[in-house]
Amino acid sequence: MLKIQNLSASYHGHQVLHDVSFDVKSSEVLALIGPNGAGKSTIIRAASGVIPSIGHIRTNGDDFSLLTPLQRARYLAVVPQAISLPPAFTVWETVLMGRTPYLGFLGHASSLDDELARQALSRVNALAFINRRVGELSGGEAQRILLARALCQSTPILLLDEPTAHLDLQYQVSLLELIRELAYTEKLAVLIAMHDLNLAARYADRVALLVGGHLKAIGTPREVLTTESISHAYCLPVQVVEHPFMDTQLVLPK
Amino acid sequence: MRKSFLLSLITLAIAFILSLAIGSVFISQKDLWDILRGIGDETFTFIIWQIRLPRTILVALTGAALSGSGAAYQGLFRNPLADPFLIGVASGAGLGAVIAMSIQWPYSFWGLMAIPMAAFITALLTVFIVYMIARVGKTIPTTNLILAGVAFSSFATSLTSFLMLRSTSEVRRALGWLLGGASQAGWNAILAILPYLVIGLGILLISGHALNLLQFGDDQAQQLGLNVTRIKTILLIAASLATAAAVAFSGIIGFIGLIVPHLMRLWFGADYRRLISLSIISGASALLISDVIARIVLAPQEIPVGIITALVGAPFFLWVLRRAKNQGYW
Repeated sequence: MLKIQNLSASYHGHQVLHDVSFDVKSSEVLALIGPNGAGKSTIIRAASGVIPSIGHIRTNGDDFSLLTPLQRARYLAVVPQAISLPPAFTVWETVLMGRTPYLGFLGHASSLDDELARQALSRVNALAFINRRVGELSGGEAQRILLARALCQSTPILLLDEPTAHLDLQYQVSLLELIRELAYTEKLAVLIAMHDLNLAARYADRVALLVGGHLKAIGTPREVLTTESISHAYCLPVQVVEHPFMDTQLVLPK
Repeated sequence: MRKSFLLSLITLAIAFILSLAIGSVFISQKDLWDILRGIGDETFTFIIWQIRLPRTILVALTGAALSGSGAAYQGLFRNPLADPFLIGVASGAGLGAVIAMSIQWPYSFWGLMAIPMAAFITALLTVFIVYMIARVGKTIPTTNLILAGVAFSSFATSLTSFLMLRSTSEVRRALGWLLGGASQAGWNAILAILPYLVIGLGILLISGHALNLLQFGDDQAQQLGLNVTRIKTILLIAASLATAAAVAFSGIIGFIGLIVPHLMRLWFGADYRRLISLSIISGASALLISDVIARIVLAPQEIPVGIITALVGAPFFLWVLRRAKNQGYW
């Protein structure tokens, strides 16, 4: 599981994250929600160590700040947004790069690495385009490849930075279905930054609402996504209603 | 062995033999074979062992170094137009070499050894300066990189010219030697650059996977487990070592570091684990062939090999520029 304690971060001397603490348990999907600039992506980037931060990020007692990038990559995999990927690599080459933390000196993959890459590709249903170049893929396909690459890292923690941001509705739904299924079957702790509140309500076990770098509320979607909290956070009058035929809520701007 | 390697090695072998055979005196294959067995004509034997072979080896090493470092710079800067010449590193290294020459005329062995060392120091300084000027946040736009490279290159070249003009006639001869290419270099020059080449290219050869990861940007590379800052520093030093070794005794030869890695990428794919080694092998072949052409096109007079590479390279550069603009596919 992932434990974030008193996390703060700054960009160019301007503090963008204030003393945020929360846990993500195994087999749980926690969605980070909040308006643009609330600090969703900052948490993902700080937790994965690509920006400096103050505070503690731990898993089972190991403090991430003491780990090298290689050791960290064995605990925590990140699925970035599928934009500006190097187009000339093949899908297979790209997914195998997820095995980096386990490769030897020259970066050559073993048969075990190959097998795990194949499994990951099969999990995201992408075995069919294994030899295509990444530049030829649609946005949805590329996003699945990045998910496969992260699965290949065989980590207990998975972070996703707005993975559905540039996808059509059908891809958004299928990707999130897949992520939730993976969280349960592989016992992953999944932290996912999302801007779509309705998808967060439907697919997350818990949601954390961020505003201006502060954690405003955390709990089940039903607890956090209330008319008052969302109206207040987004400075926009909204109405949270029950979904007409599913056990979830819908956020409707008034 | 993979087909791509076999093909590159065969090309290299052919280029190597051509370079030994062709010159103001033509030496046939049969004569070459006799010389190798120690029963050849005495004049021919001297020409091969003391002139053609060291020259051929130096040209091959120079091509390998320029092309290998070109591939590495392209990967490091994530920019298809990075090349030791275009980003100014070659001119920077040339300036260092000329400074070393104007301090001590390289008749002595240690004077000779100082040349690649000085070239390496100025090459590294150049990379650093150009990088700092061209950088916008975390990215280096192509135009910035080329403009900064060209500007710094002009600066270094004018300093080099200044040093040449104020130099004594003896040093001027040394400079002529530098700019005239590898034609008069002997075995000592090869010895002087070998350590730089072995270390520089050796590091690049084992860094293919790291370069692959860097293509996804610093963030993703680090999230996949790469110590990005450390690896980038090591790669910059290694590529600059190789560039300095190439420039120290062969002068400034443009475009080899651009053309060869590009063609390799086009023909054999983007995987840097292959790309670096293929670029090194084929860079040697490409410069050997250019050198042979430079020897025969106005025979018996030789022209600097840089003219040949620029004649082919400049149009190629424009083509790459258009391609990069149109599809970002490299």
